[in-house]
Amino acid sequence: MLIKMYNPSKEIELKGPKPVFAILAKLDLSREAHLVISGDELLPDDAVVPDDGEIEIRSVISGGRR
Amino acid sequence: MKCRRCQIPAVIKLPRHNTAFCRDCFEDYLHNQVLKAISANKMFKKDEAILVAVSGGKDSLALWHILNKLGYQTVGLYLNLGIGSYSELSQERTETFAKGRGLELIVQNYRKTYGLGIVEIAKESARPPCSACGTMKRHHFNRIAMEKGFSVVATGHNLDDEASRLFGNLLNWQRPYLEKQSPTLSDNGGKWARKVKPLYRLPEREMAAYAILNRIDYILEECPKSKGAKMFVYKEALNKLEIASPGRKLAFYLGFLKEKAQLFPSRIEENPNTCGECGQPCQDETCGYCRLVARVKTKVMS
Ligand SMILES: [Zn+2]
Ligand SMILES: [Zn+2]
Repeated sequence: MLIKMYNPSKEIELKGPKPVFAILAKLDLSREAHLVISGDELLPDDAVVPDDGEIEIRSVISGGRR
Repeated sequence: MKCRRCQIPAVIKLPRHNTAFCRDCFEDYLHNQVLKAISANKMFKKDEAILVAVSGGKDSLALWHILNKLGYQTVGLYLNLGIGSYSELSQERTETFAKGRGLELIVQNYRKTYGLGIVEIAKESARPPCSACGTMKRHHFNRIAMEKGFSVVATGHNLDDEASRLFGNLLNWQRPYLEKQSPTLSDNGGKWARKVKPLYRLPEREMAAYAILNRIDYILEECPKSKGAKMFVYKEALNKLEIASPGRKLAFYLGFLKEKAQLFPSRIEENPNTCGECGQPCQDETCGYCRLVARVKTKVMS
Protein backbone atom coordinates (compact mmCIF):
# COMPACT_ATOMS: atom_id res chain seq x y z
CA MET A 1 0.00 0.00 0.00
CA LEU A 2 1.00 3.61 -0.53
CA ILE A 3 1.04 5.83 2.56
CA LYS A 4 1.24 9.61 2.23
CA MET A 5 2.19 12.00 4.99
CA TYR A 6 2.51 15.79 5.02
CA ASN A 7 4.58 18.30 6.98
CA PRO A 8 7.10 17.15 5.98
CA SER A 9 5.78 15.39 2.89
CA LYS A 10 6.79 11.79 2.46
CA GLU A 11 5.55 8.55 0.93
CA ILE A 12 5.95 5.11 2.42
CA GLU A 13 5.28 1.69 0.88
CA LEU A 14 4.01 -1.05 3.15
CA LYS A 15 2.86 -4.59 2.48
CA GLY A 16 -0.90 -5.17 2.85
CA PRO A 17 -3.54 -6.08 3.73
CA LYS A 18 -3.19 -4.59 7.21
CA PRO A 19 -5.58 -3.08 9.72
CA VAL A 20 -5.14 0.59 10.61
CA PHE A 21 -3.91 -0.07 14.17
CA ALA A 22 -1.22 -2.43 12.82
CA ILE A 23 -0.07 0.14 10.24
CA LEU A 24 0.37 2.79 12.94
CA ALA A 25 2.17 0.32 15.21
CA LYS A 26 4.46 -0.79 12.38
CA LEU A 27 5.45 2.82 11.67
CA ASP A 28 5.77 3.56 15.39
CA LEU A 29 3.14 6.31 15.23
CA SER A 30 0.98 7.07 18.25
CA ARG A 31 -2.74 6.49 17.71
CA GLU A 32 -3.47 9.49 19.93
CA ALA A 33 -1.55 11.72 17.55
CA HIS A 34 -2.51 10.33 14.14
CA LEU A 35 -5.58 9.69 12.02
CA VAL A 36 -5.80 7.56 8.92
CA ILE A 37 -7.74 8.84 5.93
CA SER A 38 -8.73 7.21 2.67
CA GLY A 39 -10.01 9.62 0.02
CA ASP A 40 -11.83 11.96 2.35
CA GLU A 41 -13.11 9.26 4.68
CA LEU A 42 -11.82 8.58 8.14
CA LEU A 43 -10.69 4.97 8.65
CA PRO A 44 -11.42 3.44 12.06
CA ASP A 45 -8.79 1.45 13.95
CA ASP A 46 -9.90 -1.95 12.70
CA ALA A 47 -10.43 -1.03 9.01
CA VAL A 48 -8.24 -3.18 6.78
CA VAL A 49 -6.23 -1.45 4.07
CA PRO A 50 -5.62 -3.72 1.04
CA ASP A 51 -2.20 -4.20 -0.52
CA ASP A 52 -3.14 -1.93 -3.44
CA GLY A 53 -4.73 0.69 -1.15
CA GLU A 54 -3.68 4.31 -0.76
CA ILE A 55 -4.02 6.18 2.51
CA GLU A 56 -2.97 9.38 4.21
CA ILE A 57 -1.69 9.37 7.77
CA ARG A 58 -2.34 12.77 9.28
CA SER A 59 -0.65 14.12 12.37
CA VAL A 60 -3.13 15.88 14.64
CA ILE A 61 -0.65 17.62 16.93
CA SER A 62 -0.65 21.35 16.34
CA GLY A 63 1.09 24.37 17.76
CA GLY A 64 4.43 22.73 17.99
CA ARG A 65 7.04 20.98 15.95
CA ARG A 66 9.90 18.71 16.70
CA MET B 1 -16.30 -2.07 15.08
CA LYS B 2 -19.88 -0.86 15.60
CA CYS B 3 -21.33 2.38 16.91
CA ARG B 4 -22.25 1.84 20.53
CA ARG B 5 -25.48 3.78 20.16
CA CYS B 6 -26.92 2.70 16.83
CA GLN B 7 -24.93 -0.43 15.88
CA ILE B 8 -24.00 0.73 12.37
CA PRO B 9 -20.28 0.66 11.42
CA ALA B 10 -18.24 3.09 13.53
CA VAL B 11 -15.87 5.70 12.06
CA ILE B 12 -13.92 6.34 15.25
CA LYS B 13 -12.96 4.52 18.41
CA LEU B 14 -12.73 6.51 21.63
CA PRO B 15 -10.69 4.45 24.08
CA ARG B 16 -11.09 7.09 26.79
CA HIS B 17 -14.83 6.46 26.80
CA ASN B 18 -14.44 2.78 26.02
CA THR B 19 -16.67 3.29 23.02
CA ALA B 20 -16.91 3.80 19.26
CA PHE B 21 -19.23 6.02 17.27
CA CYS B 22 -20.65 6.37 13.78
CA ARG B 23 -20.42 9.76 12.13
CA ASP B 24 -23.72 11.16 13.47
CA CYS B 25 -23.29 9.84 17.00
CA PHE B 26 -19.71 11.14 17.12
CA GLU B 27 -20.96 14.58 16.12
CA ASP B 28 -23.67 14.46 18.81
CA TYR B 29 -21.15 13.38 21.40
CA LEU B 30 -18.68 16.11 20.44
CA HIS B 31 -21.31 18.86 20.38
CA ASN B 32 -22.41 17.75 23.85
CA GLN B 33 -18.86 18.04 25.14
CA VAL B 34 -18.77 21.62 23.86
CA LEU B 35 -22.16 22.44 25.40
CA LYS B 36 -20.97 20.95 28.68
CA ALA B 37 -17.87 23.19 28.63
CA ILE B 38 -19.99 26.25 27.85
CA SER B 39 -22.54 25.68 30.60
CA ALA B 40 -20.12 24.45 33.28
CA ASN B 41 -18.14 27.67 32.94
CA LYS B 42 -20.99 30.03 32.03
CA MET B 43 -19.00 30.99 28.94
CA PHE B 44 -21.83 32.76 27.14
CA LYS B 45 -25.59 32.83 26.82
CA LYS B 46 -27.59 31.62 23.87
CA ASP B 47 -28.37 35.14 22.67
CA GLU B 48 -24.87 36.55 23.13
CA ALA B 49 -22.93 37.29 19.92
CA ILE B 50 -19.52 35.59 19.92
CA LEU B 51 -16.34 36.75 18.24
CA VAL B 52 -14.47 33.59 17.20
CA ALA B 53 -10.71 33.96 16.76
CA VAL B 54 -9.79 31.85 13.73
CA SER B 55 -6.38 30.93 12.35
CA GLY B 56 -7.26 28.61 9.47
CA GLY B 57 -6.25 25.59 11.57
CA LYS B 58 -8.48 22.66 12.48
CA ASP B 59 -9.43 23.69 15.99
CA SER B 60 -10.55 27.25 15.39
CA LEU B 61 -12.39 26.47 12.16
CA ALA B 62 -14.08 23.47 13.77
CA LEU B 63 -15.04 25.64 16.76
CA TRP B 64 -16.63 28.21 14.47
CA HIS B 65 -18.44 25.43 12.60
CA ILE B 66 -19.75 23.92 15.85
CA LEU B 67 -20.95 27.19 17.41
CA ASN B 68 -22.69 28.06 14.17
CA LYS B 69 -24.31 24.62 14.01
CA LEU B 70 -25.45 24.88 17.62
CA GLY B 71 -27.28 28.07 16.69
CA TYR B 72 -25.00 30.68 18.24
CA GLN B 73 -24.55 34.02 16.58
CA THR B 74 -20.91 34.24 15.53
CA VAL B 75 -18.49 36.47 13.64
CA GLY B 76 -14.96 35.29 12.80
CA LEU B 77 -11.81 37.29 13.40
CA TYR B 78 -8.68 36.46 11.43
CA LEU B 79 -5.35 38.20 12.03
CA ASN B 80 -3.02 38.10 9.04
CA LEU B 81 0.36 38.17 10.77
CA GLY B 82 2.28 38.75 7.55
CA ILE B 83 4.31 35.53 7.64
CA GLY B 84 4.74 34.92 3.89
CA SER B 85 2.94 32.03 2.26
CA TYR B 86 1.79 30.61 5.61
CA SER B 87 -0.34 33.69 6.26
CA GLU B 88 -1.61 33.88 2.69
CA LEU B 89 -2.71 30.25 2.70
CA SER B 90 -4.29 30.36 6.14
CA GLN B 91 -6.25 33.50 5.25
CA GLU B 92 -7.44 31.88 2.04
CA ARG B 93 -8.62 28.75 3.91
CA THR B 94 -10.42 30.89 6.48
CA GLU B 95 -12.12 33.03 3.83
CA THR B 96 -13.22 29.99 1.85
CA PHE B 97 -14.65 28.48 5.04
CA ALA B 98 -16.58 31.64 5.92
CA LYS B 99 -17.87 32.21 2.40
CA GLY B 100 -19.09 28.63 2.03
CA ARG B 101 -21.20 29.01 5.16
CA GLY B 102 -22.28 32.60 4.68
CA LEU B 103 -20.49 33.70 7.85
CA GLU B 104 -19.12 37.16 8.53
CA LEU B 105 -15.34 37.40 8.83
CA ILE B 106 -13.28 40.33 10.07
CA VAL B 107 -9.71 40.40 8.76
CA GLN B 108 -6.95 42.47 10.29
CA ASN B 109 -3.72 42.62 8.30
CA TYR B 110 -0.51 43.50 10.18
CA ARG B 111 1.40 44.56 7.07
CA LYS B 112 -1.37 46.99 6.18
CA THR B 113 -1.61 48.35 9.72
CA TYR B 114 2.08 48.52 10.65
CA GLY B 115 3.90 48.12 7.35
CA LEU B 116 5.58 45.12 9.01
CA GLY B 117 4.83 41.46 9.65
CA ILE B 118 4.98 39.92 13.13
CA VAL B 119 8.49 38.56 12.57
CA GLU B 120 9.86 42.06 11.86
CA ILE B 121 7.76 43.56 14.67
CA ALA B 122 9.22 41.04 17.11
CA LYS B 123 12.73 41.71 15.86
CA GLU B 124 12.43 45.50 16.11
CA SER B 125 10.98 45.26 19.60
CA ALA B 126 13.65 42.73 20.66
CA ARG B 127 11.02 40.22 21.77
CA PRO B 128 10.77 36.50 20.96
CA PRO B 129 8.26 36.12 18.07
CA CYS B 130 5.71 34.05 20.05
CA SER B 131 5.75 36.49 22.94
CA ALA B 132 5.30 39.60 20.76
CA CYS B 133 2.63 37.73 18.82
CA GLY B 134 0.72 36.96 22.02
CA THR B 135 0.77 40.58 23.17
CA MET B 136 -0.41 41.81 19.77
CA LYS B 137 -3.15 39.18 19.49
CA ARG B 138 -4.57 39.94 22.93
CA HIS B 139 -4.74 43.62 22.08
CA HIS B 140 -6.49 43.13 18.75
CA PHE B 141 -8.93 40.54 20.07
CA ASN B 142 -9.96 42.99 22.78
CA ARG B 143 -9.95 46.06 20.64
CA ILE B 144 -12.03 44.56 17.86
CA ALA B 145 -14.41 42.90 20.34
CA MET B 146 -15.01 46.19 22.16
CA GLU B 147 -15.30 48.26 18.96
CA LYS B 148 -17.81 45.87 17.43
CA GLY B 149 -19.74 45.31 20.64
CA PHE B 150 -18.80 41.70 21.47
CA SER B 151 -18.60 40.79 25.14
CA VAL B 152 -16.91 37.46 24.48
CA VAL B 153 -14.06 36.11 22.34
CA ALA B 154 -13.80 32.33 21.79
CA THR B 155 -10.56 30.58 20.87
CA GLY B 156 -9.93 27.04 19.62
CA HIS B 157 -7.66 25.79 22.41
CA ASN B 158 -8.26 22.06 22.82
CA LEU B 159 -7.60 19.62 25.67
CA ASP B 160 -4.08 18.85 24.46
CA ASP B 161 -3.22 22.56 24.34
CA GLU B 162 -4.51 23.13 27.86
CA ALA B 163 -3.16 19.92 29.40
CA SER B 164 0.31 20.35 27.86
CA ARG B 165 0.42 23.94 29.03
CA LEU B 166 -0.54 22.85 32.52
CA PHE B 167 2.09 20.10 32.37
CA GLY B 168 4.76 22.63 31.36
CA ASN B 169 3.67 25.13 34.01
CA LEU B 170 3.87 22.43 36.67
CA LEU B 171 7.23 21.08 35.51
CA ASN B 172 8.63 24.57 35.83
CA TRP B 173 6.50 25.58 38.84
CA GLN B 174 5.27 28.69 37.10
CA ARG B 175 2.98 29.80 39.85
CA PRO B 176 1.70 33.01 38.21
CA TYR B 177 0.82 31.07 35.06
CA LEU B 178 -0.85 28.31 37.06
CA GLU B 179 -3.00 30.88 38.83
CA LYS B 180 -4.08 32.31 35.52
CA GLN B 181 -4.69 29.13 33.52
CA SER B 182 -8.42 28.66 33.02
CA PRO B 183 -11.04 27.93 30.32
CA THR B 184 -12.45 31.42 30.90
CA LEU B 185 -10.60 34.64 31.50
CA SER B 186 -12.24 37.52 33.28
CA ASP B 187 -13.68 40.53 31.46
CA ASN B 188 -11.97 42.92 33.85
CA GLY B 189 -15.18 44.34 35.17
CA GLY B 190 -16.72 44.68 31.71
CA LYS B 191 -13.82 46.74 30.36
CA TRP B 192 -12.54 43.76 28.44
CA ALA B 193 -14.04 40.96 26.37
CA ARG B 194 -14.32 37.65 28.24
CA LYS B 195 -11.99 35.03 26.75
CA VAL B 196 -13.34 31.48 26.54
CA LYS B 197 -12.08 28.10 25.33
CA PRO B 198 -15.11 25.91 24.55
CA LEU B 199 -12.98 23.00 23.23
CA TYR B 200 -11.00 22.38 26.42
CA ARG B 201 -12.67 18.98 27.01
CA LEU B 202 -11.77 17.68 23.55
CA PRO B 203 -8.43 16.15 22.55
CA GLU B 204 -6.75 17.05 19.29
CA ARG B 205 -7.41 13.67 17.79
CA GLU B 206 -11.15 14.14 18.18
CA MET B 207 -11.03 17.71 16.85
CA ALA B 208 -9.09 16.61 13.77
CA ALA B 209 -11.54 13.74 13.24
CA TYR B 210 -14.44 16.17 13.51
CA ALA B 211 -12.83 18.54 10.98
CA ILE B 212 -12.21 15.69 8.54
CA LEU B 213 -15.72 14.25 8.93
CA ASN B 214 -17.20 17.69 8.32
CA ARG B 215 -14.99 18.30 5.28
CA ILE B 216 -13.42 21.36 6.84
CA ASP B 217 -10.49 22.29 4.63
CA TYR B 218 -7.99 23.50 7.22
CA ILE B 219 -4.33 24.44 6.89
CA LEU B 220 -1.99 21.57 7.79
CA GLU B 221 1.12 23.72 7.90
CA GLU B 222 2.23 25.04 11.25
CA CYS B 223 3.27 28.61 11.84
CA PRO B 224 6.93 28.52 10.70
CA LYS B 225 7.87 30.68 13.68
CA SER B 226 6.21 28.49 16.29
CA LYS B 227 9.12 27.22 18.27
CA GLY B 228 6.81 24.88 20.11
CA ALA B 229 9.41 22.15 20.45
CA LYS B 230 8.82 22.01 24.20
CA MET B 231 5.05 21.89 23.87
CA PHE B 232 5.43 19.09 21.35
CA VAL B 233 7.41 17.03 23.84
CA TYR B 234 4.80 17.68 26.56
CA LYS B 235 2.02 16.67 24.21
CA GLU B 236 3.87 13.50 23.27
CA ALA B 237 4.46 12.62 26.91
CA LEU B 238 0.79 13.15 27.75
CA ASN B 239 -0.22 11.02 24.77
CA LYS B 240 1.92 8.19 26.09
CA LEU B 241 0.16 8.44 29.44
CA GLU B 242 -3.19 8.60 27.65
CA ILE B 243 -2.52 5.39 25.75
CA ALA B 244 -1.39 3.59 28.89
CA SER B 245 -4.41 4.88 30.77
CA PRO B 246 -7.20 6.25 28.56
CA GLY B 247 -8.85 9.35 29.99
CA ARG B 248 -5.71 10.49 31.81
CA LYS B 249 -5.37 13.78 29.93
CA LEU B 250 -8.86 15.01 30.71
CA ALA B 251 -8.67 13.80 34.31
CA PHE B 252 -5.36 15.66 34.72
CA TYR B 253 -6.81 18.93 33.46
CA LEU B 254 -10.22 18.68 35.15
CA GLY B 255 -8.49 17.73 38.40
CA PHE B 256 -6.45 20.91 38.18
CA LEU B 257 -9.54 23.03 37.58
CA LYS B 258 -11.21 21.43 40.60
CA GLU B 259 -8.25 21.88 42.93
CA LYS B 260 -7.07 25.19 41.59
CA ALA B 261 -9.09 27.43 43.88
CA GLN B 262 -7.55 25.78 46.95
CA LEU B 263 -4.05 25.31 45.58
CA PHE B 264 -3.72 28.80 44.21
CA PRO B 265 -6.13 31.11 45.98
CA SER B 266 -6.19 33.71 43.27
CA ARG B 267 -5.63 37.31 43.86
CA ILE B 268 -8.33 39.37 42.24
CA GLU B 269 -6.68 39.55 38.92
CA GLU B 270 -8.09 42.74 37.48
CA ASN B 271 -5.95 45.33 35.83
CA PRO B 272 -6.64 48.48 37.79
CA ASN B 273 -5.46 51.06 35.25
CA THR B 274 -6.43 52.16 31.79
CA CYS B 275 -3.74 52.56 29.14
CA GLY B 276 -3.24 56.23 28.32
CA GLU B 277 -2.58 55.39 24.68
CA CYS B 278 -5.20 52.82 23.67
CA GLY B 279 -7.62 52.82 26.58
CA GLN B 280 -7.40 49.11 27.32
CA PRO B 281 -7.10 47.91 30.91
CA CYS B 282 -3.53 47.46 32.08
CA GLN B 283 -1.26 47.25 35.12
CA ASP B 284 0.74 50.41 34.58
CA GLU B 285 0.19 53.67 32.75
CA THR B 286 0.86 52.26 29.28
CA CYS B 287 -0.04 48.73 28.23
CA GLY B 288 2.39 46.14 26.90
CA TYR B 289 1.03 46.44 23.39
CA CYS B 290 1.46 50.21 23.20
CA ARG B 291 4.98 49.97 24.62
CA LEU B 292 5.84 47.35 22.02
CA VAL B 293 4.45 49.40 19.13
CA ALA B 294 6.21 52.54 20.39
CA ARG B 295 9.53 50.69 20.47
CA VAL B 296 9.02 49.42 16.93
CA LYS B 297 8.10 52.90 15.68
CA THR B 298 11.22 54.51 17.15
CA LYS B 299 13.41 51.76 15.72
CA VAL B 300 11.89 51.89 12.26
CA MET B 301 11.87 55.69 12.09
CA SER B 302 15.41 56.15 13.38
ZN1 LIG C 1 -24.31 5.80 15.83
ZN1 LIG D 1 -2.34 50.55 25.22
